[in-house]
Amino acid sequence: MYKPNDLIFRTTTSLIAFILLGFSIYLLLAGHNSPGGGFIGGLMTSAAIILMYMAYGSDILRKILPVNYRMLIPTGLLIAAGTGIGSFLFQQPFLSHTYNHFHLPVFGDLELATAMLFDFGVYFTVLGVTVTIILSIAEDR
Amino acid sequence: MIFTVLIPLLLACFVPFISKFKHKIHTGTVIFFIPLAIFFYFIQFIGSGFEPIRHTYSWIPSLGINFDFYLDGLSLLFVLLISGIGALVVLYSVYYLDRSEPLGHFYVYLLMFMSAMLGVVLSDNVFVLYTFWELTSISSFLLIGYWHFKEKSRYGALKSMIITIFGGLSMFGGFALLSVISGTTSIQTMIANADVILDNPYMPLALGFILLGAFTKSAQFPFHIWLPDAMEAPTPVSAYLHSATMVKAGLYLVARFSMIFGSYEWFFIIVSIAGIVTLCWASYMAVHQTDLKAILAFSTISQLGMIMAMLGFGTKAAVFAAVFHILNHATFKGSLFMVAGTVDHETGTRDIRKLGGLLTFMPITATLALFGTFSMAGIPLPFLNGFYSKELFFESTLDLEGGASGIAGFLIDVIPYLAVFGSIFTFVYALYFLFGTFGGKTQLDKLVKKPHEAPIGMLVSPGILVLGVILIGLFPSAVNGTFIAHAAEAVYGEPITKDVHFWHGWDSPAFQMSLVVVGLGALLVTTRRKWNGIYQVFPGKLSVNKVYDTIMGKLNAYSRTITTFYMSGSLRNYMAIILSTILVVTVGFMLATDGFTIDFGNLAPITFIELTVVLIIIASAIGTIFAKKNLAVILIVGVAGYGVSLLFLIYRAPDLALTQLVVETVSVALFLLCFYHLPDLKRLHAPLSTRTTNLIISVGFGALMTLVGISAHSSSWFETISDYFIETSKPIGGGSNIVNVILVDMRGLDTLFEITVLGIAALAIYTLIKFKTDKGGK
Repeated sequence: MYKPNDLIFRTTTSLIAFILLGFSIYLLLAGHNSPGGGFIGGLMTSAAIILMYMAYGSDILRKILPVNYRMLIPTGLLIAAGTGIGSFLFQQPFLSHTYNHFHLPVFGDLELATAMLFDFGVYFTVLGVTVTIILSIAEDR
Repeated sequence: MIFTVLIPLLLACFVPFISKFKHKIHTGTVIFFIPLAIFFYFIQFIGSGFEPIRHTYSWIPSLGINFDFYLDGLSLLFVLLISGIGALVVLYSVYYLDRSEPLGHFYVYLLMFMSAMLGVVLSDNVFVLYTFWELTSISSFLLIGYWHFKEKSRYGALKSMIITIFGGLSMFGGFALLSVISGTTSIQTMIANADVILDNPYMPLALGFILLGAFTKSAQFPFHIWLPDAMEAPTPVSAYLHSATMVKAGLYLVARFSMIFGSYEWFFIIVSIAGIVTLCWASYMAVHQTDLKAILAFSTISQLGMIMAMLGFGTKAAVFAAVFHILNHATFKGSLFMVAGTVDHETGTRDIRKLGGLLTFMPITATLALFGTFSMAGIPLPFLNGFYSKELFFESTLDLEGGASGIAGFLIDVIPYLAVFGSIFTFVYALYFLFGTFGGKTQLDKLVKKPHEAPIGMLVSPGILVLGVILIGLFPSAVNGTFIAHAAEAVYGEPITKDVHFWHGWDSPAFQMSLVVVGLGALLVTTRRKWNGIYQVFPGKLSVNKVYDTIMGKLNAYSRTITTFYMSGSLRNYMAIILSTILVVTVGFMLATDGFTIDFGNLAPITFIELTVVLIIIASAIGTIFAKKNLAVILIVGVAGYGVSLLFLIYRAPDLALTQLVVETVSVALFLLCFYHLPDLKRLHAPLSTRTTNLIISVGFGALMTLVGISAHSSSWFETISDYFIETSKPIGGGSNIVNVILVDMRGLDTLFEITVLGIAALAIYTLIKFKTDKGGK
């Protein structure tokens, strides 16, 4: 998979990977009002990571992104379950969501929903799952 | 009364502690006092003015299952036999069993059995009776397999277990039926309402089930085969369980329930036939045996058959004779078993062909055997109790009542002849047993040990039993009025007074029958060697054992065949079975309920682009079936997946389309990652029939699912709830992407668990890959 003479691939990857990462963050954040969401966002991010892995190999990937992807799975699950449990603090049933509008200095009028937090959980879990599966199969030689 | 029943069971818990000291004191000497105490507790009830006693202790009152104990004459007879012979057997076992044996096991099992047996005869509640009944089966199983290192012991134990539990379970069915019919679980209440039970159409079924239980337990033909094999048990066990007590549990059951079923004609027919056939067959077969205990086992079977027949007759004389013979048989058969055990113990063999001439070596044992066998043979001497009951038996065969026509009428004509036939052979094997062991020449070279008289302790128990034989023989009226009459009354329902005495005169038909028995029997004994060849002709190779062995063998073989047939280990086969089952059940159900509704009324028009995409998907689906290479299959599946994603797009599901696109890519990539490791695609080289079946199943299943889909679409029962989501997505969920609002807000719980599923899958894959072990599986 890792060949010494793939200059074009590596150069384009360094561009495309950032575009992919940005697009995936967009998908994650825009999910509430337009197509997208945690699931597809997570998949897109992992696509970017896999692309980097294919271009540079696992050693360099670990240097660029020193993340333990396996740990993302429980982290994401904890966030998702935590938003559910959080509703208990407000005497609400499990996984009740709410939203409100805020005025922030830079962004102006902004709608923030607790469902967004849940989506972050989904995002991290999916990201962790996909990268773990593909990397462990790919590295199994 | 509950204490007398449960005390052996409770004290059995302490036996292991006692048997720790078995090198100082034999465990049995301590145990001896338990049955003795029970015996003396119950002996106080003997007397002419005895009235039944009833005690109730709650167990499961809501189901009507309580420890109802009921002591009447019949129970008293059995209780005294169980505790009295139990005490003698324990005493005998002290001298019979060596201290090197696992004595703790023996006495725990024995006490368990004693408790169970007391429970059987004292219970008034059918379900409690059944509980104790199964406990006798289990403890008997443990006792037969006591020397479990012997293969024959294990065989015998298993056989008796299978047969008696089979009967026990059917008896349970009978009890359940009875309690449903009569609305009570108490036997005495059932007896009081016997007419209700007799009128019920299910009564014959209940009767059949209960009789099956009684026949298997009491070793009636053809269920008698477990008893000869149970002779592998230690001799005290054979003497106690397989002659005096457990095998009489079936008789007890028939006697107890004859108050309910007695007036039903088929009760007479079935029980009499079973009894008389058993009597004749077993006494005929007993002469053929070479093992001392096998002779006694067949003798027990035949005597049980005789009692069973008398219980079937159900006349006053017969019931009295049956109850009387239960007592007599227990005395002489118990002593004979102990004699056989003594001979075995002192000579090292039980083979009658190797024995002989032991009279000079073991005079006391021989004397005890003489009384036992003469009593068993029914020889007309005024000091042998066996003669009285045999005489009464003949008498009862002659004055049978009942329908003069049909099967019953035929039976009444035949039974006296069969009774004489069985008794002749009883006479033959009894004398064969006596003279084969103690008479004739001594064959010292064939014996393992040099024979000598048994220790005195071993002779006490058979001695006491023989004393019982003689005392009952000399003073039959002493037990009659105070004891037997009560038991017979409990079976028959009315007081039976019968004057038992020795001399009835030359013209008494029963006495003439006895004379015929003695005459012909003596002739047959002296000429036994000449007619012994008849066993080669009949039964020859016929045997119920063979039937049993064949059934057990075939059961194993067939179940193995069936299991290997459908548990083939091939996933393809399981898949075929699962799919065709769904196919048959669903189609059958839909056709039966007229479930298929095909209605094309509310369909949307088909556009050109939809048609194109669907055609691409269909083409790729067909392509996967016919592709020859792995790579081609993976890629064509990818085409189908992208086609589906296109469909989602056409049907305005952007989230689904996006997800499908990426997931399809990921899965194709994963397939390709594994591509090098995958084995070559093997075409199915199955025979045409298998391939045709697969084709039929798959096409049928596809057609079924299509039909179900169309029917589901054609009939919509309720309004959709999606309008609610469309309306409330923005105001409640705060987002205009309805799909996402549903996923994370309205039905977030589903999503939470779906990502959990993903996480588990990832961890499983990681574990599978990273923690591989060697092929040894370390």
